[in-house]
Amino acid sequence: MENQALGQVTSERLPVHFPDPIQVANCYQCGKCTAGCPVAMHMDVAPNQVVRLAQLGEWEKALRSRAIWECVGCQTCSTRCPKEVDCAGVMDALREASLARGMAAPGRYFVVAFQKIFLENIHRNGRLNELELIGHFKVDVLLHTGRIPFLFKDAGLAPQLGKRKKLHLIPGRARDRGVVERIFERCSGERKA
Amino acid sequence: MSRIGVFTCWCGENIARTVDVDEVAKRVAELPGVRCSLNYKYMCSDPGQAIVREKIATEKLDGVVVASCSPHMHLKTFRKAAQAAGLNPYLVEMANIREQCSWVHHDRVQATAKAFEIIRLSVEKARNDAALQPIRVPVTRRALVIGGGVAGIQAALDIADAGHEVVMVEREPSIGGKMAGLSETFPTLDCSQCILTPRMVEVGQHPRIKLYSYSEVEKVEGFVGNFRITIRQKARYVDVSKCTGCGECWIICPLKRNPSEFDYGMGMRPAIYIPFPQAVPARPVIDKSQCAKLIRNGCGLCEKKCKAEAINFKDEDRLVEEAVGAVVVATGYKLYSIAKSQPKATLAGYGEYGYGKYKDVIDSLQFERLVSASGPTGGVLKRPSDGAIPKSVVFISCVGSRDNAKGLPYCSKICCMYTAKHTMLYKHKVHDGQAHVFYMDIRAGGKGYDEFVRRAIEQDGAQYYRGRVSKITQEGGKLVVRGADTLAGMPVTIEADLVVLAAAMRPADGIEELAQKLNIGCDEFGFLLESHPKLRPVETNTAGIFIAGACHSPKDIPEAVAQASAAASKVQVMLAADELTREPEIAAINEQTCAACFTCIRTCPYHAIDRAELRTPRGAFIKNTARVNPGLCMGCGTCVSVCPSKSADLQGFTDQQVYAMVESLA
Repeated sequence: MENQALGQVTSERLPVHFPDPIQVANCYQCGKCTAGCPVAMHMDVAPNQVVRLAQLGEWEKALRSRAIWECVGCQTCSTRCPKEVDCAGVMDALREASLARGMAAPGRYFVVAFQKIFLENIHRNGRLNELELIGHFKVDVLLHTGRIPFLFKDAGLAPQLGKRKKLHLIPGRARDRGVVERIFERCSGERKA
Repeated sequence: MSRIGVFTCWCGENIARTVDVDEVAKRVAELPGVRCSLNYKYMCSDPGQAIVREKIATEKLDGVVVASCSPHMHLKTFRKAAQAAGLNPYLVEMANIREQCSWVHHDRVQATAKAFEIIRLSVEKARNDAALQPIRVPVTRRALVIGGGVAGIQAALDIADAGHEVVMVEREPSIGGKMAGLSETFPTLDCSQCILTPRMVEVGQHPRIKLYSYSEVEKVEGFVGNFRITIRQKARYVDVSKCTGCGECWIICPLKRNPSEFDYGMGMRPAIYIPFPQAVPARPVIDKSQCAKLIRNGCGLCEKKCKAEAINFKDEDRLVEEAVGAVVVATGYKLYSIAKSQPKATLAGYGEYGYGKYKDVIDSLQFERLVSASGPTGGVLKRPSDGAIPKSVVFISCVGSRDNAKGLPYCSKICCMYTAKHTMLYKHKVHDGQAHVFYMDIRAGGKGYDEFVRRAIEQDGAQYYRGRVSKITQEGGKLVVRGADTLAGMPVTIEADLVVLAAAMRPADGIEELAQKLNIGCDEFGFLLESHPKLRPVETNTAGIFIAGACHSPKDIPEAVAQASAAASKVQVMLAADELTREPEIAAINEQTCAACFTCIRTCPYHAIDRAELRTPRGAFIKNTARVNPGLCMGCGTCVSVCPSKSADLQGFTDQQVYAMVESLA
């Protein structure tokens, strides 16, 4: 995995390979994904246009778009798609490709950092270790931005998360590490390629 | 004094709710000439009709007025009832007190008064009715089919299989039309020739089909059931009865490099030729504009070579006359010519696409020939300029279609489908090639059609761009296509080896002249007009003339075939009996008072009035007069309104009746 400085140009038209079940050619541009997307209004390129760029092979535009980082991965688009195109999967694959080529949109540092740290966390533990994630993320952002107050942002939410058992003090780990490794291998074909 | 019976209907609550039917019946009974007046809940029901029948018999009625709904609804019903009781059906009138009274009024007193007035008018009309007899027209039980494409073939075979003789006239040397030149057909990708040629052979061999190929309709006379058609058999210079179709002549002909009409200029043919090997009839013609013998009395090799002695350089056009009872027009379409020079200035243009300038910009029918197994390249897709196999092909739809600036605002309907088909055929032939399609909308309504287009995109990898192409230029052996993709909101530039333009469908050449000969209508684009867009889709406004296929509007093969079968079944109904019966409510001209100004002849929209002469029994000339042809008159009344001497009148709706009705209101 080669992570380069964000925003640096590495490739122009290198194709992005989507995991097998995603067929962007199937999309007929009805726009239902955009219509249902809760964050589409914050995107520079609408979700259906992201898929369109993928159809056209306009990777540069797709990988540099802010839209792929605005996507919260709620899967509404994929669930509702009449052509069963996994739009959220497309977004995810594009995020990975964007990272791998150092083309992530500038000014999206928080999201990009979270994406990386979240996936590393899962990769390491096989399931989410919330405390470790919070620690890593906060420190990473602090080192990058030097904003100390950020360390305590959202800290007030911790008791509530604990009450709802969303915050595990003693994290569990996946027993079969091999399975986790295989999952990551299959999903991150792009990162290796 | 007449004996009119008036029957007022309640129409359940429909009339009775607003109109006091008892009061109306009572007042009507006192009108002059009314013998009896009754009302009943449902006059159109069996017991209601029984009342009408019974009263006609017991009261010896000589006229009937039914006050109920519209004549469109039930006039026929009550005429039949009257006829069953022995009364001439044309002595029955209807007073519409439902649509024109009860349904549109609320005030019961006023509505009742109005219903009474409406009935009073009808009583006056009935008092002046004359007994009429239906018109009987003899029928020639043969049909003419103009055009030998797939629609014409279908219509001819249907009619001939039903037992009637068919005369088929085809302008080209062979039947088969556009479909014979297609490579494969959507959405099944079955070979066009494989499904059409057996039908063509069937036409050629059918004992009841008389085929005039290389012929045109010269003149049409007569009327429904009795058309006389003059057919011009163009000089073929080959005696079809002697020729065996052996092919010696077109093999020996030295003038081999003439652009083939059948291949749309993609291939070459000799001066003596058959358009394609499966032609019906498989007899050659000589192109007189190219044959050296006919131009300057040279060559003549084919004549020497022909063992059957079928070549006749002295051949001339011949006129033949055929009598038929019905006509099916199936003259088909042509593609909008993209070339810059056009007969109509509004159609000129698309110079920006470089058609005619760049050899590798072709239209869709030319592409069909290039990928057809029977085409000039034997099914190998080679581009016209250098014979290279194109690795990138751009297809542009809506070229001409939906272009108001070109005066063609309509959708040509089939281009979306055949363009999808083209991309598939291309991909199946050139596996490493990429097809690009520029479209505005994909219109794929039909059984299996949308699935077909999606297959082209999803499985065969055609790249579709929603947008029009603005310009095509040639740069270094490549055609540079500049278009847009409105879905991504960006301009697109593609370097192509071949560009295929899906040009608009237009009616075949000469359609307007033919429509004039047949006295049928065509729209502003030249497509023939049907009588009613929903309920009479294959009839024209001239009785006995039917339309089928793309001469009516852009159509694909299944639709053209369906319409042809529909037209054929209409023809069969007409030809089922020796006589046609028509309603007698048509114009009649008082030949004694006719001033022979012939204004009526000029104004009649159906050409139903002719000049005639009045003569004494011994044959001495008395005067000229106009005379209505009862086979053609549709009873529109135009002649009645224009006749300055008041000699024309509409039977069953005479001026006298109208005046009597108006006066009764005074």
